[in-house]
Amino acid sequence: MSVIQVNNVSKHFGSLKAVDGLSFEVQAGQVFGFLGQNGSGKSTTIRMLLSLIHPTSGNIEIFGNSIKSNRNNVLEEIGAIIERPDLYPYLSAKEHLQLFAKLRSKKITPSSIQDTLVKVGLKDRSNDKVKTFSLGMKQRLGIGIALLHNPSLIILDEPTNGLDPQGISDIRNLIQHLAKEEGKTILVSSHILSEIEQMASHILILHKGKKLADGPIQTLLDPNKMIVHLTTTNDEQAIQVILASSFSNYLLKRSQGIYLSIPHFEIPLLNKFLVTAGIGLISVESKNSLEDYFLQLTSNLN
Amino acid sequence: MRSIISFELYKIFRRPRTYIAFGAIAALIIVIQFGLKVDGKSYSDFLMKDISDTLTIDGNVLNGYLICYILLQLLLVHVPLLVALIAADMISGEANLGTLRLLFSTPFTRTQWVLGKFIAASIYTIVLLIWLAFLALFVSMWVFGTDDLFLMKSSYVVLIEQNDVLWRYVGAFVFASFSLLTVTSLGFLMSSIANNSIGPIVGTMSAIVFFTILSTLNIPLFSVIKPYLFTTHMNNWKEFFDIQVNENNEAIKGTILNIAKIKTSLIVLSVHIILFVSAATFITKKKDILS
Repeated sequence: MSVIQVNNVSKHFGSLKAVDGLSFEVQAGQVFGFLGQNGSGKSTTIRMLLSLIHPTSGNIEIFGNSIKSNRNNVLEEIGAIIERPDLYPYLSAKEHLQLFAKLRSKKITPSSIQDTLVKVGLKDRSNDKVKTFSLGMKQRLGIGIALLHNPSLIILDEPTNGLDPQGISDIRNLIQHLAKEEGKTILVSSHILSEIEQMASHILILHKGKKLADGPIQTLLDPNKMIVHLTTTNDEQAIQVILASSFSNYLLKRSQGIYLSIPHFEIPLLNKFLVTAGIGLISVESKNSLEDYFLQLTSNLN
Repeated sequence: MRSIISFELYKIFRRPRTYIAFGAIAALIIVIQFGLKVDGKSYSDFLMKDISDTLTIDGNVLNGYLICYILLQLLLVHVPLLVALIAADMISGEANLGTLRLLFSTPFTRTQWVLGKFIAASIYTIVLLIWLAFLALFVSMWVFGTDDLFLMKSSYVVLIEQNDVLWRYVGAFVFASFSLLTVTSLGFLMSSIANNSIGPIVGTMSAIVFFTILSTLNIPLFSVIKPYLFTTHMNNWKEFFDIQVNENNEAIKGTILNIAKIKTSLIVLSVHIILFVSAATFITKKKDILS
């Protein structure tokens, strides 16, 4: 079942195309990673999903309802934090949850407020004012507000911002728990690509408002095809030799080093081929992480 | 809508800034009451110096009713500035904090948010006015006692019997609530335009000062627009203390000299409130929440 359906959505700010003809789908139960450099259109897209920004064109459906015509019903089922955890400094954590509980049509009991405080690790600081909180604690409280009404869809924009390693690990575990044990659909954006790699089942990469790639993470990072970075005694000559050979199909990038996407069993053959051509191989470095995939995709365009 | 109003009221009354206005009003009134209690005789002698040769008045001139009138004349000019402190921060303050996106991603329309916030700001304004009424009227009545109200207008004097005064104050405070709600709605409109707290507060205060000057200037060019300016009508609560007289020039108890003027002022102020709130709603609905 499709939870989010974005159809050919664009957002223009004057002459700037912040999002340009974007389409994607998020299925129920997925942890959907949203990736892109600063200014790629991630936050603009997330704000359009939450109806904070009106799209210039295209349409967005969430749970099969248009966000434009059925906004309130849609938002009832969404919990979100957007960029920074901005809260009221003169209120306590508990007061925040009690106040936001009033804004939901679902009955939220004092015990579920307590449960939420425990879930985000703020039980001991529940009566302290937010102005005394660290950024990480504010982030946890923001997540608590997003989870308070037990939404089916959770949208988290940079949820690990400002958290210490233990906090990052806690949030990662919480996201995985929400997806696996409670069946929530989660859209999460982060600039920490290794985090997304550990959390997400699917990813979408945005660049200058356009979709570069999307799909299941296993398909995009094909384990049978390794992305390798070669360092040779003569890179110029090595590229010429590879281009003239059957390995040319594997060549990804020639600037700032030689990158190939190559089945792992062919690496020894490539090594032998280059040595036979009189080119010494200094190193073969595996680059099969999401970060490498992301950088490889975006650096070509930059 | 009720959820939004209680949400907003909770925030308003948990903010330290809210109590600045209550504190300022209390301090001003107590200082003035203290001064008049200690040295009231010389103040009333000063007031009566021009007519003391032709008119003799028995009784307690400097009573609670007169003190309240003096206080309202002084304070109702300044209270709008205190109202602006909260009203002009209602939307822009949230934008500045970054909490506006949190609010606008809840299952309520922006129109509901704007109206809910305006109603909450209006309740704050009314509570502030009740506080002012309590201190200026009831505390003055308790401290200075009651008697007939003797007022000196620019070219005549008004004497209102003490049992004919209290309802006039009720009317004056109801009228004053319209004046202050106009300021609240203006602050609200300013608040919908900006993304910081200071700009709309200063903007509202500047607009009040600017239009007050236009309202008081006797330049023919501005006479055409004067009747339509809210500042021209804000001080017409004083009309409740002008009384009709019979052919023997005796005051007719329970009457108001120019009730049509009060009605016109209430209509002009109400139209301003509706226009300002409608404009704030329109602007907020169209706005992309970027901050």
